[in-house]
Amino acid sequence: MSAPLIEFRGISKRFGAIHALEQLDLSLHAGETVGLMGDNGAGKSTLVRIIAGNFQPSTGQILLDGQEVHFSDSTDARDRGIEVVYQDLALCDNLTAADNVFLGREIKRGVWPFQWLDYGAMARRSAELFAELKSETRPRDEVRQMSGGQRQAVAIARTRLAQSRIVLMDEPTAAISVRQVAEVLDLIRRLKDQGVTVVLISHRMPDVFTVADRLVVLRRGNKVADKKIADSSPEEATGLITGAIETA
Amino acid sequence: MSTLPPPGEPVARLDLFQLISRWAAPLFLLLLILVFALLEPRFLHPLNVLNVLRQVSISGLIAIGMTFVILTAGIDLSVGSLLALAGLVCAWVSKGGMGDRFALGAAETVGYPVYMAASAAIAVGLIGGAIQGLAITRLKVPPFVVTLGGLTAFRGAALLFSGGGPISGFSAEFTWWGQGRIETVPVPVIIFFVAAIVAHLVLRYTPYGKHVYATGGNARAAQLNGVATNWIIVSVYMMSGFFCGLAAFLLSARLNSAEAVAGSGLELTVIASVVIGGTSLFGGIGSIFGTVVGALLIGVLTNGLVLLNVSSFIQQILIGLILVAAVALDQYALGRRNAA
Repeated sequence: MSAPLIEFRGISKRFGAIHALEQLDLSLHAGETVGLMGDNGAGKSTLVRIIAGNFQPSTGQILLDGQEVHFSDSTDARDRGIEVVYQDLALCDNLTAADNVFLGREIKRGVWPFQWLDYGAMARRSAELFAELKSETRPRDEVRQMSGGQRQAVAIARTRLAQSRIVLMDEPTAAISVRQVAEVLDLIRRLKDQGVTVVLISHRMPDVFTVADRLVVLRRGNKVADKKIADSSPEEATGLITGAIETA
Repeated sequence: MSTLPPPGEPVARLDLFQLISRWAAPLFLLLLILVFALLEPRFLHPLNVLNVLRQVSISGLIAIGMTFVILTAGIDLSVGSLLALAGLVCAWVSKGGMGDRFALGAAETVGYPVYMAASAAIAVGLIGGAIQGLAITRLKVPPFVVTLGGLTAFRGAALLFSGGGPISGFSAEFTWWGQGRIETVPVPVIIFFVAAIVAHLVLRYTPYGKHVYATGGNARAAQLNGVATNWIIVSVYMMSGFFCGLAAFLLSARLNSAEAVAGSGLELTVIASVVIGGTSLFGGIGSIFGTVVGALLIGVLTNGLVLLNVSSFIQQILIGLILVAAVALDQYALGRRNAA
């Protein structure tokens, strides 16, 4: 197997007396989709936040392309090609799809302080990204009026702006209809087609077993399973999550 | 033959109600102008029109700053008090001290030049705004409470600074900024419209403006996407302070006097202008165009009713009703947009 894209060695995170993560080792390879599962409080969110740069680990090392890195915040991680699609999608309903895609990374013209927004370029680029994702989202529509699937497309298009290599998706299918779930899983496949490493955090067994290549299960801050999807089953995963099966 | 849009895609309907609610304030303004013009010929006399605009310009300038604040889902109750404090400092600098504060004649004033007085007023506004913005972001005290504190504290500071009395009598160069005209148009009116155009361009076409809207729409989302939301919040209170300072300078120049009780209750007129203009108190929605319309609407209503000899008490009742009606209409329209 090729060298991992990103590697976590002995990562622990403590909040006072609470040990959210214990000595976790994990490596992610280019182009793979990893399903990250675990019950509430298992440490999924903590791990995601560490990967995304929102939290710094209490101990342990993060190696990106074999080089040790420290993310001081999410912008730092984003600059290194790590993007997050948050559970609530982190969209501004009052702005258009294109505005949301480019939020914080607007295309500007002119020289500071006389810079203005290049709405045309942003709309064109957003339209390209939506086309890549095979979504019918229109760049100049307000996000407020969009369906769950379209909102997902906006949040995912955002991750494609830069040359992102790792996309973390936090419960993308938790609060949407069945038809839209299929839409989102399609979007994840498109990311995979483009060689992006996807970490899919989900409670939904069918989603993980449909799109993921590998399954990682956390329980009480410990990694209890890390195996190929093909070698596992939803029954085993359920057992691992609840603790009925110790490790696998 | 028109083709049907693919299923599942939201259909862009021409919603007549949407259209009306969006243009309700401008339409109502035009209606008011029409009615007053028919009832009272003096209303459209150029002198009266300029008079209305001049009255609107001071509160209108502050309403521009308030629009930035309300777009971030904040509120600035301190504007009237900050105006008074900035006006006094401006007057004090213009006169070069308190020595001849009651002298109405301009000849004997030996103070600092106008640009320094104006800069001092604006500096007071910016500092006042920055203090409040930092209290909101650092101390996590809600804007309503911080600026309510500012409302009291800045008024107190103004009273303390002035010892209760006015500072009057400025040079002709100073008073020109409030009383002068360029081609019959009063200077404050020109400044108001220029400021409105610049503010409009900033909000619509700059990354900063986009970040103001984003902060008001979903502050957490904006922050996760790398928008420095705390800085945006501090900046909008500084923006509000800037316009308080500018308005304080123009008002002092117009009245040839500054006093600690200036701008009492002004915050209510200013907030009413912004809200009537369609800016949502929940943040993220609104425009400078709306605010200008809202300010003009209040100005026209007040002026027209005065010309028609309607009691000022009734004016207040009407403005209150229009305010509530405007927000009710916006809420209803927003509900329909969300349901679409």
